[in-house]
Amino acid sequence: MVMPVKVGIPRTLLYYYYYPMWRVFLSELGAAVMLTAPSTKRVLDQGLKYAIDEICLPIKLTFGHVLELSGKVDYIFLPRLVSVANREYVCPKFMGLPDMVRHRLAGLPPLIDVAVNLRRSGMDIYPAVWAVGRFFSASRIHILKAYRRSVKIWERYSRLLERGLLPEDAMAVIEDRLEKVPLFLENKVCVALIGHPYNIYDSHISMNLIQRLRQMRVTVVTAENLSEKIINRNAARLPKRMYWTLGRRMIGAAFHYLAQNSIDGMIHVAAFGCGPDSMTGELIERQARHCGVPFLNLVLDEHTGEAGVATRLEAFLDMVRWRRDKGVAEGGSQ
Amino acid sequence: MRVTFPHMGNLYISVRAMLEYLKVDVVIPPASSRHTLTLGAKYGPEFACLPLKLNLGNFIEAHGLGADTIIMAGGCGPCRFGYYAQVEHAILQDLGYNFQLLILEPPERHISELLVKIRRISGNQSWWQVGQALRFGYLKARAVDEVEAAAFKARPRETVPGSSDVARRKALNVIDRATSFRNLADAADEARTIMANVAVEEGRPVVRVGIVGEIYTLLEPFANLNLEVHLGRMGAEVDRAIYMSEWVNDHLFLGLLKGMRSRKEACAAAPPYLRHTVGGHGQETVGSAVNYARAGYDGLVQVLPFTCMPEIIAESILPVVSADFNLPVLTLVMDEHTGEAGMNTRLEAFIDLLWRRKKQRELESERVPGY
Repeated sequence: MVMPVKVGIPRTLLYYYYYPMWRVFLSELGAAVMLTAPSTKRVLDQGLKYAIDEICLPIKLTFGHVLELSGKVDYIFLPRLVSVANREYVCPKFMGLPDMVRHRLAGLPPLIDVAVNLRRSGMDIYPAVWAVGRFFSASRIHILKAYRRSVKIWERYSRLLERGLLPEDAMAVIEDRLEKVPLFLENKVCVALIGHPYNIYDSHISMNLIQRLRQMRVTVVTAENLSEKIINRNAARLPKRMYWTLGRRMIGAAFHYLAQNSIDGMIHVAAFGCGPDSMTGELIERQARHCGVPFLNLVLDEHTGEAGVATRLEAFLDMVRWRRDKGVAEGGSQ
Repeated sequence: MRVTFPHMGNLYISVRAMLEYLKVDVVIPPASSRHTLTLGAKYGPEFACLPLKLNLGNFIEAHGLGADTIIMAGGCGPCRFGYYAQVEHAILQDLGYNFQLLILEPPERHISELLVKIRRISGNQSWWQVGQALRFGYLKARAVDEVEAAAFKARPRETVPGSSDVARRKALNVIDRATSFRNLADAADEARTIMANVAVEEGRPVVRVGIVGEIYTLLEPFANLNLEVHLGRMGAEVDRAIYMSEWVNDHLFLGLLKGMRSRKEACAAAPPYLRHTVGGHGQETVGSAVNYARAGYDGLVQVLPFTCMPEIIAESILPVVSADFNLPVLTLVMDEHTGEAGMNTRLEAFIDLLWRRKKQRELESERVPGY
């Protein structure tokens, strides 16, 4: 029997959007997919050693995850995600990531760094699909079948997110490894958590932010819980098209939640050194101020202390609760 | 309508020429200074890059001089610059400055897209006039760049310290004052003569340093703390990867004018180091570094604003270029806290290193084989 080709996927960046799709596509083609374990301090420290100081936290973390795979797999799946939507980009760092990784980390297994560029047309996904598929199969039909299946799974994943599940829970549902169905408690306070998916859902760099909020009896809603339609309608209120996909999602979601009046507060999570965050964060904060919604801006880096974040969260939630109770007492119109 | 625009080195000479040719009332903001930066850093987003903060300061200072309309370039990503105008406008509005905003988005297909917008600013003057104004501004950019290039050559060789910068200032003023095409031809000649008259010691040895990096910090002397002047006075003959006229030809004229150095050459030299464009001038930086190395330069300086995304990618990769070509690279990251003295110390050490390497190379080549 032939050993299946082992392909490693780092648990960072757009893993949170596309992993269910990537996993199905690669395993349908006969590859054994190996995902890195959730981030830890050790993984991050490893990344810090090799990435340059100025780069943003999630890329440093990615360096760490890639190193975790070194020597354990035949290929590392690290596509060059130039654009995943018409007339948009992801971020310059995604465009240069394979080159940075290749030149700064020695002795890596070969990278599958096929460029995905859907800026001009969604049909441009096919050259990328063929290019990745060719690593594992010579049959176009086989590759196309695998791709179709992976899209189906991804659509199911997206529907689960829209129903209010967070990425890790939705992935657990899809992979049939959920022990108990997530329970939606009737919490009193609802907070919108706005940030790049790879910051807010990574429990290490966000310092367990979502769990922490849930323990404080807060319902957390994110951009991933909204349909693309709602996000686009709200992002269209900007004077100019937002050309970063993740930035557009964050702005659209923030504007939606702020206009809906359904949240009691908003937490914006930015990574230190993130370029798009410095612009979108500014626009979101100004909008939150205009709407009079409590707003907390958390900037995370490798030095951020857990206790400091906890204190700021507690103070913020005290303020949110106090305002809400006061609003109720005064007749509810705030 | 009193129009203002942000500073970027000598850009104001060209833009003023173009707008005044179209009889637009122009307000030039005071040259960028500590005060400009303090204003920008106070009101701008903390992690925004340096150019945004300086733009913001420029606009606030121009408002004090009576400007009510901003002309700003746009962009369609992935670099942050494309969203500058919108964020700056939002900040200015919240501060109570009511500016009208005119954004010149770069033409995607044809230069006519740009002409239409410039014509609108000019109050619908004839197409001929608009085209001529653009040409006038461009010719000034060419003349300005010629002065800059002459200053790069003269600075390390000048016999009276500082004389080439006095001449440079004078030559730029002459070009700035020209108001018609005929005038400009004379002014360009005069500027050439001024620069040629700087007393230099021809045979003095120099080290050759290429400056690469982000366009704003390359072109704006306040943002790079007079990097070129300091290098020149330390005995380095400088060349920079981007000149304004080249940039205009590449991005506004879409490479219409042939026979100039273009970004295509730089990008073509970037693989295998950086195989994809990363926005801004990231790929150009890597490619120019390779080109400078091949041209036999002694060292490279990369300048970038703190958190600049494309340049950080280039910075990650430059050490490999440096090792492959055995070419020292110094990276300088600029923000509102960078001090001139600190930078100078680093430059001195770097130039010392380049001298030492150069002398060693010369010694080695003097050795006769078999001796």
